[in-house]
Amino acid sequence: MRRAPGRVKQKKVRLYELAHARSGDKGDTANIGLIARAPEYYPLLVREVTAARVARHFRGMITGRVERYELPNLHALNFLLHGALDGGGTVSLKTDAQGKVFSTALLRMEVQAPR
Amino acid sequence: MTEAVRIAAGQGFWGDWLEAPVRQVTGGPIDYLMMDYLAEVTMSILQKQKSRDATLGYAKDFVPLMERLLPVLVEHRIKVTTNAGGVNPRACAEAVAAAARRLGLSGRLTIGMVTGDDLLGRLDELLAHGQALRNLDTSRPLSDVRDRMLSANAYLGAGPVAVALGRGADIVITGRVTDTGLTLGPMMHAFGWRADAWDRLAAGTVAGHIIECGAQASGGNCLIDWERIPNLAAVGYPIVEARADGTFDVTKHPGTGGRVSVAGVTEQLVYEMGNPAEYITPDCVADFTTIQLAQRGKDRVAVSGVRGRPATDKLKVSLAYFYGYKAVGTLVYAWPDAYEKAQAADRILRQRLRDLGLEFETILTEFVGVDATHGRLATAAGVSAEIPEVQLRVGVRARDQAPVERFTREIAPLILNGPPSVTGFAGGRPKPEEIVAYWPALIDKREVQPCVELLGV
Repeated sequence: MRRAPGRVKQKKVRLYELAHARSGDKGDTANIGLIARAPEYYPLLVREVTAARVARHFRGMITGRVERYELPNLHALNFLLHGALDGGGTVSLKTDAQGKVFSTALLRMEVQAPR
Repeated sequence: MTEAVRIAAGQGFWGDWLEAPVRQVTGGPIDYLMMDYLAEVTMSILQKQKSRDATLGYAKDFVPLMERLLPVLVEHRIKVTTNAGGVNPRACAEAVAAAARRLGLSGRLTIGMVTGDDLLGRLDELLAHGQALRNLDTSRPLSDVRDRMLSANAYLGAGPVAVALGRGADIVITGRVTDTGLTLGPMMHAFGWRADAWDRLAAGTVAGHIIECGAQASGGNCLIDWERIPNLAAVGYPIVEARADGTFDVTKHPGTGGRVSVAGVTEQLVYEMGNPAEYITPDCVADFTTIQLAQRGKDRVAVSGVRGRPATDKLKVSLAYFYGYKAVGTLVYAWPDAYEKAQAADRILRQRLRDLGLEFETILTEFVGVDATHGRLATAAGVSAEIPEVQLRVGVRARDQAPVERFTREIAPLILNGPPSVTGFAGGRPKPEEIVAYWPALIDKREVQPCVELLGV
């Protein structure tokens, strides 16, 4: 028997299973481009990986707000994490002064996906 | 009109793989070699070099590279676009001309120079004209740092690059031209694109964005399927095959390593992205939400559908100013309890810095092997007492040099007077580093006049 749509069994999966990503910097802002591994995962990313959720994920690691932009043509979301890089560029003392590995840090996030 | 042009990326940044540009010009047919040299604070370093010696101030590495490539470039009529000119494109052009003459290429080469971007000598005049040059990120006025300014350059677009090519330049050496302008310029020249053909200009800008970081578009730093990307040891750098209608393919030379795929190109498209619907350049506003990608065979991605809007009446200005000093010290702690030992050493170090009364703007501690890349996200499940080793990495930053200098002498003593099982100090005492910081701003376009000149060889 088919389940009603609202009753589809969910499980927690790491974003890394559903998406890949690349990140970089603009001053003290890190950007993370999050890309669905398959087009059918894109709506799930749009639903689950909200700006608020990403801000919670990086709480304590960034000082500013999180913005999200949608690129449905590329099945991708772009996040701007303000105040992420200890001043950024040459000022920053961080190993990751240019935000290169915020990408995989985001992919650690767990989201609800259909089983 | 030309049907298609092949523009090859020779490097993704100053310091990239020296073999890449050589292989781009010898590995198959190309029309243009594009070489981006300028990062955000590079101009300040070059400005300092120029102030010591008026014949310097450009990317010196470009000259020996050209000496190596010129015979091939001339033989195959490959043109070069580069911002290697830094704050002294004329000196760079003259050095390349001298190299060409040494190679017996007199009369066979014309070098174009694009200047007009350098605003350092005009700052007070511009401020008097009502150009506030406020920091785009913080909105602070330039007066906060006016007396510490080291360089100020407007980002010029593709227009003057196309003009130089149109006047017969074989090598176009610019100052602060945008990375994307070095790719778009050849297209405007080859296809006769007008300065208001917004969709075409946006397409060329997207092409420039894809190849401006070199191999990042052809398998380098590519997360998806990274273990199976073939032969990165001989990675082929990306090549754009552009057509007059604004569509283009991204590819690489046959037989090279790496991979050009939709997934990999997508990773590069979102790299260093802001609002994707508004990718603002001096030439146009490109809308990255209109880009369509399709795999057209092995190592070939077709790009189409790019839409653009009119350019704004502003140019971005990249200013650099003296900020202060920083230093980073490291020590390595071994099993057992490596993390605990490193944490204890950090506590001791910080206590000593406090006891000395040293004042820092920031002290940042990272434990490499534990949290340096992913912070608390990596330690949420705890850190094993069995962890083989941890590097303690402590950085300090201050306006004055003295506390930073003193800090650099507090690392080594910890080897004998701190927690045990410590090593990794072979490099010696860390050195205080001057910090040159970046100050992005906007200026009215009418205040900046690009200048194109030619130099015969």
